[in-house]
Amino acid sequence: MLACTLAACSGPFSTLDPAGPAAEAIARTWWLMFAGAGLIWLLVMALVLWALHRGHDTRALAHPHRLIVGGGLVLPPLVLAALLVHGTLSSDRITGSGEPVADRVDVTAARWQWRFRYRDADGRVVAESVDELALPRGRTVEFRITSADVIHSFWIPRLGGKIDAIPGRVNRLRLRADEDGPMPGQCAEYCGLEHAHMRFEVQVRDAAAHAAWLAANRPVAPAATGAAP
Amino acid sequence: MSTAPASLDAGVHEARLRELDEVWGTKPGLRGQLTAVNHTTVGLRFIVTGFAFMLVGGLLSMFIRLQLAWFDSEVLDPQRYAEFVTMHGTTMMFLFAVPIMEGFAIYLIPKMLGARDLPFPRLSAFGYWCYLFGGLFLYSSFLFDAVPDAGWFMYVPLSDATWSPGLNADFWLIGVTFAEVAAVVAAVEMIVAILITRAPGMDLRRIPLFAWAMLVTAFMIAFGFPPLILASILLEIQRAFDFAFFEVARGGDPLLWQHLFWLFGHPEVYIIFLPAAGVVSMIIPTFARRPIVGYSWIVLAQVAVGFLSFGLWVHHMFAVGIPLLALALFSAASMAVAIPMGIQVFAWIATLWSGRPWLRVPMLYLVGFFFVFVLGGLTGVMLAMMPFNWQVHDTHFVVAHLHYVLIGGLMFPLFAGLYYWLPLASGRTPSETLSRTAFWLVFIGFNLAFLPMHLTGMLGMPRRVYTYSEEMGVHWLNLLSTAAGFVLAIGIVAILVDVALSFRHGPRTARNPWNGGTLEWAIPFPVPLYNFASVPVVGDRDPLWQRPEIADASARADGMLGEVRDGQREILCTGLLSGEPEQVVRISNSTWLPLLAALSLAALLTCFIAKAYAVAAVMLVPLLGLLGAWAWTSGHRHAPTHLDVTADLRLPTQYAARNAPGWWALVVSLLIDGSLFASLVFSYFYLWLGADAWPPAGIATGSWGPQLLALGVLGVAAGAVQFAMRAVRRDARATAITAWLLAAVAGLAFVAVHGWALWVPVGPPQAHAYASVVWTLAGFHAVHVLVAVLFATFLAARVHRGYASAARPLDARVAAGLWRYTVGQGLVAWAVVHLFPRFA
Repeated sequence: MLACTLAACSGPFSTLDPAGPAAEAIARTWWLMFAGAGLIWLLVMALVLWALHRGHDTRALAHPHRLIVGGGLVLPPLVLAALLVHGTLSSDRITGSGEPVADRVDVTAARWQWRFRYRDADGRVVAESVDELALPRGRTVEFRITSADVIHSFWIPRLGGKIDAIPGRVNRLRLRADEDGPMPGQCAEYCGLEHAHMRFEVQVRDAAAHAAWLAANRPVAPAATGAAP
Repeated sequence: MSTAPASLDAGVHEARLRELDEVWGTKPGLRGQLTAVNHTTVGLRFIVTGFAFMLVGGLLSMFIRLQLAWFDSEVLDPQRYAEFVTMHGTTMMFLFAVPIMEGFAIYLIPKMLGARDLPFPRLSAFGYWCYLFGGLFLYSSFLFDAVPDAGWFMYVPLSDATWSPGLNADFWLIGVTFAEVAAVVAAVEMIVAILITRAPGMDLRRIPLFAWAMLVTAFMIAFGFPPLILASILLEIQRAFDFAFFEVARGGDPLLWQHLFWLFGHPEVYIIFLPAAGVVSMIIPTFARRPIVGYSWIVLAQVAVGFLSFGLWVHHMFAVGIPLLALALFSAASMAVAIPMGIQVFAWIATLWSGRPWLRVPMLYLVGFFFVFVLGGLTGVMLAMMPFNWQVHDTHFVVAHLHYVLIGGLMFPLFAGLYYWLPLASGRTPSETLSRTAFWLVFIGFNLAFLPMHLTGMLGMPRRVYTYSEEMGVHWLNLLSTAAGFVLAIGIVAILVDVALSFRHGPRTARNPWNGGTLEWAIPFPVPLYNFASVPVVGDRDPLWQRPEIADASARADGMLGEVRDGQREILCTGLLSGEPEQVVRISNSTWLPLLAALSLAALLTCFIAKAYAVAAVMLVPLLGLLGAWAWTSGHRHAPTHLDVTADLRLPTQYAARNAPGWWALVVSLLIDGSLFASLVFSYFYLWLGADAWPPAGIATGSWGPQLLALGVLGVAAGAVQFAMRAVRRDARATAITAWLLAAVAGLAFVAVHGWALWVPVGPPQAHAYASVVWTLAGFHAVHVLVAVLFATFLAARVHRGYASAARPLDARVAAGLWRYTVGQGLVAWAVVHLFPRFA
């Protein structure tokens, strides 16, 4: 987006500096809503100021109820319907639900670190890492996220929305990285004193480099091929 | 004050006013202050205490802003930061926003309705003490270095005994629940006051919009607070006695907490906003110098907000992994709130546009309200959009949004209202100088502090982080927020100083300085504690604009209830729909009971948090004794059943009237209690949904015998109550006493039999979330049975002493109503506990 090129919006954690389709669609939604909300806000404030400072124009509003119907019953449903349609249309792109997924990463959040286990197409654990996430460029990855203790939230702002890591549950999230880093991820749900430092680095590599990385980070104990959470 | 009317001798008139002053007045000295129950006094206390807590909460936020002013700073260590963030949110929500509006309502509602006082003065005084002691209880955690630190929404497992082993979470759970008693009793008070204590002639279409807003708010409190109260009780039981509601390993579910919390938490936002919107609806017509446009639209919008607000709670949980379709429904419902909000905003604009606006200080604050609140509302619609929510949820974008909504939606109208109604309390108009300077400080400081936070959030700064890194690139924005935050703080202090000064230095004013149209402006300054010497009669929505002479008439003691009888405080109650005079209600004079009851409750809770459970149980004795004394003094065996209101109007008193306030209070209380019970049943089924087997392995459903026996015993109690009620109506004293005592004995027998019927198959409550919730359901009902047993015993004594009789059946009606409800609740609980698992 044009405005995203502004220096103010870029940054390693910036949702307005998207590096994947989900974050990009959401950023577009934001700019759309920003413009719409700005217009509505200007309209309301203009009406308030006009109502207060009519100067010599002391004529009262001829049909005040029409203002209520227009502002209360007509305008909001129109805007909301437009928003809902936009949301529905962009939903597949954001959730990645239609895409083929060959890569799976199990994420376990714990106070205060992120543990990643990489599975191949057959569900075998092929690699492990802590506080460092490796992603293949341009391929949709499915994350299965849980927690070992309290509630955390898994979030890579430049790739897409967050989802909570909850003990006793496994939440799924699909993300695709189209660009290289830096794009750190971080915990977004307050989880104790070191919440602010519960981060991980994301490294995006092309297919060959990613495979090499997986090979170099095999699980330490072969027993780690246990059942998926 | 006013000249003597022609119908009365001047001497007689003066004597009547003196007598009114004496009966309604507060006794001099500390004793008088501690025993005062008058709504004016209690309301002002709520307001002053609320602002005091706001200053403390604001001070905490100043430290938070200092810590966040630059990256890697070390003003607060992580522990202190967590404590301050938790206490800032908790204080502003529970000890400022809700109570301050209750204070405004307690102070203003009787005056707007043309009433002399609220129907249950002791109850609102008790509520105030609970609020004060609850707040002090919470803050006493600083003395024990056990300040709550898990965030103001206290998510489990972080707040459970494993991850918060200290007393920190206990201080929060007990302190907040204690303070919430005030909100709940205020809800009972408000509903009854607005339904039946309006001035004669004030039918439903003439109720001031602030009163409508409070009525809707009170119902929202009645349904919205119980889920949080229940959640707090469940978590405290889990922490104190190792129950398993939220613990995954034993079949519990941490998300249950979130559902209960937000079932409260979202209505809470509107519980805070609706009264403020009511304030706006009162001020706008006065300064537009014309009646409000779209009165019915606004009332319907308020009611719609009330309903919708209970369908939105999941929008705080978009990121917990709930199926998309369900989320979409909640998303649409969240957006739908924009419709009633839009209606109100445009009704206010239409009123200004069709009037002759007058830009005095209160109106200036309302311009600030429009500016800020509309922005907050728009970002609210954005947050209801799921994908966007997934990105900015739990970031500073949300921090910005919620401050726009709460400061815009509550603080600006609050300050407008403060300046608007100030003359009632001070007898002076506010200055137009310092108040305007303060406005600009608050307005500019607020916007510069919170507007940048939208961006910091989108640049990736989560909420509740005590620090952030340089690479995030948000330090300049944060520095701006901090600097502007201090400007905002100075502005708020300036407003409070200005208000305090205006009690001494403002220009004195006669009655009704703004030329308002509603009844509170009929009262002369200084405001007498009985408000109206004669109950006013109204014939319009803005009675003072229609008939200005109401003001003088209601200050003369020659109208309805102008003459004091038996040294009793009397108020007039009217028909719920019609607004026609219906009964005379005698209410309590000053008394120690509210303070002592709140003190003994505080003592009980202190013993509980000290884990001295046996002592805490013993502390029930003084508490129940005081409540018993309270109930006992709520009537008189020689109380008249009818009284003259004027020479040609004779009405029943509350002891004989069908629509007695006590009866309505019971109905509303049971509504609240029913909501608490429904939250518990919801918890039961929520845990069942997530369970593999119900009951889990190792726990049986038990045999029918004891379970049916328990049900039978409850049936005996129900029959005895019916019989007792009939005996009271026939004045068959001995029979009534026997029947009430039989009901009490049967109630006790039920508790014993049902406990045994559960213990055998279910075993200890700690074993599994199933056992925990089943025992809690049964225990919840058992507490109700025990209370009903106390009522039955009380009634036996009342009949024996001649207080409850065919002529004065109110006591018996209340007790029988409570029994019927308790038996009904027992049937539901029994079916859930004993039938459902057999067929699940």
